[in-house]
Formats: sequence, C-alpha cells, structure tokens
Amino acid sequence: MGFIDSHILSLMTFLPLLGGVVILCLPKGNDNLVKTVAAVASFLPIPLALKLLLGFDRTVGGVNAANQFQFVEHYSWIPSINVDYFMGADGISMPMLILTALLSFLAVIGSFGIKNKIKGYMALFLLLETGMMGVFASLDFFLFYVFWEVMLLPMYFLIGIWGGPRKEYAAIKFFLYTLLGSVLMLLVMLALYFNTTNPETGGHTFNMLHYMPQATHNAWLKGFDVRILLFLGLFIGFAIKVPLFPFHTWLPDAHVEAPTAISVILAGVLLKMGTYGLMRISFPIFPDIARYFAVPMAVLGMINIVYGALCAMAQSDLKKMVAYSSVSHMGFVLLGMAALTPAGMVGASFQMFTHGMITAMLFFLVGVVYDRAHHRQIDGFGGLGAVVPVYTAFITFAFFASLGLPGLSGFVAESMVFLGSFPVFRTIVMIAAVGIIFVAAFHLWALQRVFLGPLNPKYATLEEINAREIFCLTPLAVISLFLGIFPMPLVNLMNTSLLKLVDVVKTVL
Amino acid sequence: MPLGNLASVSRFLPELAVTATILLLVAVHVVGKNRQSSASALLSLAGVGAALLLTALQPSMPAVSLFEGMVALDGFAVFFKALTALATIVVIFMSMDSAELSGKSQAEYYVFLLSVLLGMFLLSSATDLVMLYLSLELVSIPSYLLAGYLKGRKSSNEASMKYVVYGATASGVMIYGFSLLYGLTGTTQIAEIGRALATGKAALPLFLAAVMVAVGFGYKIAAVPFHMWSPDVYEGAPTPVTAFLSVGPKAAGFAVLVRFFYTVFASPDGAGGPWTLSSPVDWTLLFAVLSAATMTVGNLVAVNQKNVKRLLAYSSIAHAGYMLMGFVLLTPAGIQAILFYLVVYLFMNLGAFYVVILVANGTRSEDISDYAGLGSRAPFAAVSLAIFLFALTGIPPFSGFIGKVYLFAEVINRGVYWLAVVAALNSVVSLYYYARIVKVMFLEEPAEKAELAVPAFPRALLCLLAVPTLLLGVYWEPVIRVAANSVRLLAF
Repeated sequence: MGFIDSHILSLMTFLPLLGGVVILCLPKGNDNLVKTVAAVASFLPIPLALKLLLGFDRTVGGVNAANQFQFVEHYSWIPSINVDYFMGADGISMPMLILTALLSFLAVIGSFGIKNKIKGYMALFLLLETGMMGVFASLDFFLFYVFWEVMLLPMYFLIGIWGGPRKEYAAIKFFLYTLLGSVLMLLVMLALYFNTTNPETGGHTFNMLHYMPQATHNAWLKGFDVRILLFLGLFIGFAIKVPLFPFHTWLPDAHVEAPTAISVILAGVLLKMGTYGLMRISFPIFPDIARYFAVPMAVLGMINIVYGALCAMAQSDLKKMVAYSSVSHMGFVLLGMAALTPAGMVGASFQMFTHGMITAMLFFLVGVVYDRAHHRQIDGFGGLGAVVPVYTAFITFAFFASLGLPGLSGFVAESMVFLGSFPVFRTIVMIAAVGIIFVAAFHLWALQRVFLGPLNPKYATLEEINAREIFCLTPLAVISLFLGIFPMPLVNLMNTSLLKLVDVVKTVL
Repeated sequence: MPLGNLASVSRFLPELAVTATILLLVAVHVVGKNRQSSASALLSLAGVGAALLLTALQPSMPAVSLFEGMVALDGFAVFFKALTALATIVVIFMSMDSAELSGKSQAEYYVFLLSVLLGMFLLSSATDLVMLYLSLELVSIPSYLLAGYLKGRKSSNEASMKYVVYGATASGVMIYGFSLLYGLTGTTQIAEIGRALATGKAALPLFLAAVMVAVGFGYKIAAVPFHMWSPDVYEGAPTPVTAFLSVGPKAAGFAVLVRFFYTVFASPDGAGGPWTLSSPVDWTLLFAVLSAATMTVGNLVAVNQKNVKRLLAYSSIAHAGYMLMGFVLLTPAGIQAILFYLVVYLFMNLGAFYVVILVANGTRSEDISDYAGLGSRAPFAAVSLAIFLFALTGIPPFSGFIGKVYLFAEVINRGVYWLAVVAALNSVVSLYYYARIVKVMFLEEPAEKAELAVPAFPRALLCLLAVPTLLLGVYWEPVIRVAANSVRLLAF
C-alpha cells in the first residue's frame, strides 16, 4: 500500500491538472514539448484506471453505503461548514472513470493537428480532464459541484477559441445553459445541506451518502411537494447536461462548432455526467420522486430517441447529424433508468459507456474528413468509398455500431434497455422502438450519399486516413466489438452496484 | 461602561495615525516644490500601512466603547478598519500607476483619499447618531472632490456634481430620520434606541424613521432605488477613484447598515432571533425585495453597457444586491456571509479595475470594443481580468463562488427561497456580460496587433490580487473564521 494505492483517484484527477500547470510554465514556441507533456499527463490516468479495474471488488455495491465504496479518500477540507474531500468509486462510477481516462488520452492525441496556440489548448484541455475525473470520483456534494463547474471554463474557451465559424455563439450558449442548470443544482444542494443531519456528528453535511437514508431528513425535507421541487431542480440541472428534450438546443451548436477532439469529449464524457448525476444523486436521494416521475422520464427518453433520430435525418451537415444521434442515444439511457428494473438500469449504464466509445469514433471520423475536405455537407461528397477504403471501413463500422447492429456494443445496450423497460412501459417502448428504424435510416442514408454512388471528381485525390487517426480509432473500435460479443466484463463491473441502486430506489419509502 | 475621552486615546491609534498622515501631507504640500512627485503617495502608503498594523495589533476583545459612547472598538469595527485600510493601500498603488492622475497635483488627492479612509474608520465603529452622521459626511464630502478630481474632463465634473446633489439629498433624508428617532426615544445612542424601542410602541413613526435612515445607507451602498448616481459617478471619476468608491465606501456603508439595524432591531444585546422588534412591518420581506431589485436592475442594465467602467458600475450595484441577501435576515450567519463576501469582493473588484487602468494607460480607451485581442496583446493582464470577471460571476474555483455560497446559504437556511432563486438566475445573467468582455479579449482579433506592455510592478500587484481570488476559492477556512469572530458586535 504505497502512496499511489491510497490516492489513486486523486492522482487520476489531479495529474492532468499538474500537466497543465507544467505546460503553462514551458517556454513559448516549443510545440512538440507541449504535445509530449500533454500526452504523458493524459496517458498516466490510463494505467491508474487499469489498476483500479484490477483492484476493484465486484461483489460490493456502494451507492448509499459508505463502507462499500472502494479506493476511498476522505479528508476534512473546510471543517466550519463540514465540506469534505471525499472520493471513492463504485460500480456506477467505475465505467465512467475508465471512459474518461481513455477518451481524454485519445482526444489529446487527436488534437495534435492543432496549429494555433497549442499551449493554451492543451493546458485548458488538461484542466477539463481534471474536472471530469473529479465529477466521477466525488462523493461530497460540494466537491462534486466544484468539479462540475470547473469544467465550464475550459470548455468555454476550447469551443470559443478553437471552434468553427459560429464558435462565439456556441460557446456562450453552452456556458449559459449549463450554468443555469448548475445554479439550480447549487440551490438544491444548499437546501439538502440545511435540512439533513449527519448521523455521526449531528451537524449539517455535504456528504451525499448521508442524504440517502431518509432518517437524516428533517420534517420539511420529508414533505412531498418539497421533494418534488428539489428533485426537479436537480433534474433540470442534469437534463441540460444530458441533454434531454427540451433542454437540448445548446448541443447541436456546441458539438458542431467545437474542434474535433472537444466534440469527442463533449459527446463522449460530458453528456454522461447528466445521467451519472441522476444515478449517483437524484435517484438514491429522492427514490420516491424517481418512482413518481418514472413515466414522465420514460416519455422524455422516448421523445429523445425519436426526435433526435428525426432531427439527425434532416441534417445536411455530417457533424450535426452525429450530434443529433447523441440526443437520440442518450434517450435510451433515460428510458432504461426510468424503468427501474435491473436490466433497464444495466442497459442504461452500458449505453453510457458504449455510446462514449461509438460517438467518439464518429466525431473523430467526421473530423478526419473535415480536415481534408474543409466541409461536412453530406450531399457534397459521393463515392468516397473508392478513394479512401480504409476510412470508409472505419466509418461503416462506427455507423453500424451506432445504429445498433448485433455483434457490436450498441446493440447490447439498446436491447438490454428495451428488455428492461418493455414490461414496465409497453406503449412508450413500442414507440421508442420505432425510433430505432429512424436511427438506422439516417445512418444508412448518410453512408449511401457520402461513400457510395458515383464519385464526386473534386475528391478523387482525397487523402487516406493517417496513422495517428487510426491510432485514435482502433482502441475504440476494438472495445466496441469486444463488448458487442462479450459484454459480461462490463456488466459484471457495474452489476452489483446497479442492482443495489434499483433495490434502493424500489424499496426505500 | 464607555471609556472617557483621555482613556480612549490609546485605543484610537489607527485613526490618529491616519489623521497625522493627513496633516503631514498638507505640510509637505505647502513646503514641497515638486507637486507631481510620488513623495505624497509614499507618505500615504506609510501612514495607511501604519494604521493597518495598529488595527491588527489592537485588542478588540473584550469590546469597549470609546469617547463616552461615541464609537465602539469591537471585532466588527476592527474587521472593517482592516478591510478599508487594505483597499486604500491597493488604491494608492493603483493611483501611482494611473496615467489619468499623473501630472496632477498629488498631495491634495491623497489628503482626500485618506480623509475618506478616516471617515470609513469612524463610520464602521460609530455607535451614536451624531457620530454616525459626521463620519458619513466625512466619507462623502472628500468623495465628491475625488470624483471631480480631473478638472479638465467634463464627465468628471458631471460626476462630482451628481454625486453632491444625490448625496446631499440622501443625507438630508437620513438626518431627518435620525431626528425622528431622537424624538421617539430621547437618546442618540443606538443601543439605547434599541432598548427604548423594544417596548414596541410607536410603530408607524418608527417605520418612517427606519426607512429614512435606510435611504441614507442605501445611497452609500448604491442599492436600488438609490443607485442612480453611481453609473455616472463611476464612469466620470478617475478610474482609481471609481475602484475605491466601489469597494471602500460601499464596505463602510454595509458596516453602518448592519451595525445600526442589528443594534436597534435585533435586540441590543445580540440575543434573541432576527428582527425581534415587534412591528407590523415585515422587514425581512422589505429588504428581500430591495435586495432582489438591486441585483436584478444592476445585472440587467449591465448587459447593454459598452464602457467597461460603466459596466463594472452596474455590476457593483448587482453585488450590493447579493450582499444585501446576507442582511435580509439580520442573523449572525448572514452578516458573516456579508463580511466574507466583502473580502473576496475587495480582491476581485479592485483587480478588475486595476486591469482597466493598465489597459487605459496603453490604449486611452475604456470601450469594451478596444479590449479586442487583449489575450494576445497583453496575455498577463487579460488572463488576470478573466480570473477577476469569472470570480465576480461566481464560478468555482474562484473566491466569488464561495462568497455567493455563504450568501445563498443563509437565505435558504431561513426559508426565503424565492430570493435565492432570483439571485441564482441573476448569476446566470451576469455571466452573459462578464463573459462578453472575456469573449472580446480572447475570441476576437485585435484591430492593432502591437503588444501592450505591462511593467513588472503592476504585474506583481495583479498577482497579489489574483492569488487570493484563486486561493480563497479553494481554501477559505481562516477567512471565514475571522469573519465569524467579527460578527460579534459591541454588546452592553
């Protein structure tokens, strides 16, 4: 038990930040050194994540039991108001931590093509990684909130400085939407703080695990109307991040204008924070309200699935299509969670992980063609399959994974979601299942327009995908394929915790 | 028991140090040949530094009443003396760097500045209506002169004129309120007034008197609807003066507001709940509406501003609204939140103004559009300004966020949820205009590419303002403890 073992989550969180500080101190003009430091700083969490994976005990649940969390670090931070530095992992956060570590590293490698102010870019990116890791590792609400907000600043600059033509609009829209969601969360956090007592000390607490047993709530917090309002406050904050219809309008702008690697992170990791927040915070603290709102949440999930797919089909911009496909896919997560069945919950969590892989591939691949052709109009290409066969193979694979082809991970997730939610919401699931057809339709239609048919002579000499890009895509493709055939390792990783979560939500109160 | 006049002198050293410095400055001004030299600035620095040191060394426990009950020496007063002295020191440094002020006669400027400081010292410790009024005027009158210090500039003259007219009206109303209070209770000691009114008689006259007094204080902290003067004054006054007015007198205004209402209305011995005075008026609601109006007006009007100083003026109105949230309930926790917020506000607001001065020195402009490309022209100043602006917005990991958490917390704790929601939405609005400056600095291309040099000394001072802004966002335990200890007012 060395320092690394006892502080593994902190190291995963703060090593990137350290790298960012180092980058700021480097002399100007040495871009290669900046890239090296950034790559190292973002790579280090991966071996740590593997260590986490190997050392993780899959038989204990976590969720609301402090003694069942693993890799725990618990220190007092601001004793006068009982803010703690409290980190730990369970089956809900493990896949997200691994996902963040992997995607962040790949995104750094994918950003090596950036020419303009790369020093600032990498420093901000590493700060962003710290924020993301921190969100998934925190068990203290205050700490969680700080990390949640810390991500906003780098994201604003990364979209605003290195983004596309409408970057300024997209950046501020993202910032305002997310801040609106988080101030609501802040108010709920303070309301929870003042209306619960720490069973150990009798004082107020920010420890989110202490909010979960109903015994810690005072009479005000036990009121049904109050609980509904507080749940909604949190829900809107998380829904904006997911994003759920009707809070999704920031997403197409932000995803389309952001540079490729940032779109990868946005879709691959940031969106999951919304649903992660629901699983980690909203559901266990307000199980009664989660049950109460199960149907509306399922309806929202259904709307996301169908509406996202229809929007995606209407897009002429390839990146915008991929962005809307995320809206559609995140709907599955909500639908699965709302069912409150083991299969639904596991499917939702599985979808969070696998969508991270697949959407990251898609955004990387869109970035590849944009770097070469400098536009993304679906109708502006044609017959690329003959010119860039390797690229076409990759994108076909990614599209098939995204539309849920059996044998790839997206299928596993979606079928589990349907399996888990069908017994609970028959009509809703049937409508949502229609969405699958639209999802398949827009993928195949785009594939046909861009890669099949007569070759557009303008792109007869389009450059093939290069080694660095293949390096970014391969791990994602391999994991998608592996989990599609053999999903049990991921399911086992989170099963105990998710079953416990379902149990908590179903039985408490 | 209040100490007599002679016995009080030894407890009055910070004020005496400032007074002696003012007199010395006048002497130097008469004797000295070179009126533009920085001698007076250095002398003022030494004087205020000495006052700050003496304040820190002053034993504030147990609290005593000085000069037959005129002023109090308690943790609260010491806190505000230290805060305003610190703000004055920073402003003196800013003034030395300001191109607007160079070439002007220096000694008078610092005489006025230090007079305001003396006034703030007294204002934050006054426990008698007469003393309170005198010290308020001691803050106000030199402020009028400072606002109009650039004689040649029309807007500076306008600022001074408006300031005088508004100030005179507000203090007239306030002193009328004082006279009513005296008529009701027969004493000018605010603790005595509190005891006399605790019987609950004369509700209507008391309400009138309290509202009139609140007008005077509201004017000092620029709370809506007594804020009209502040955008014009802030825009027209020399920038260091603007920075000073937005922090120093505002802090002192909060000090006197809290001391007066806490002593009179929340039972003079500090025991009992908030707003214990029985009265048909819902004071909490009244001040909550005032607070909500102040932050909303400030933020909404700031959105459309094109001049940085004017924008910061409206933003500082909004911040007064946030701080009023801590006052609404008149509880120790709320007052502690105000004190903490004032500390973080000092660093972030002075820092923002300091960058405005540095930029204006190079570009001769305060228009937001002239900040275009500052991120590449003067990266250090631009990053600092971004830190200050995001801190003002209240985003972690900066100190402004922690300040807001404490202000929100007390309001939520006592169940005034609507005010917390209004304040939260206001934070989102404020992001829009703060981020607009950041956008112009980092996301837009400059019209002129030449580098904007920021000398080493201003860089160091910027660091000294930016580091606490960051540090207090990550670890603030010591400061909140100091604030908690300073809430205990003189009680006897």
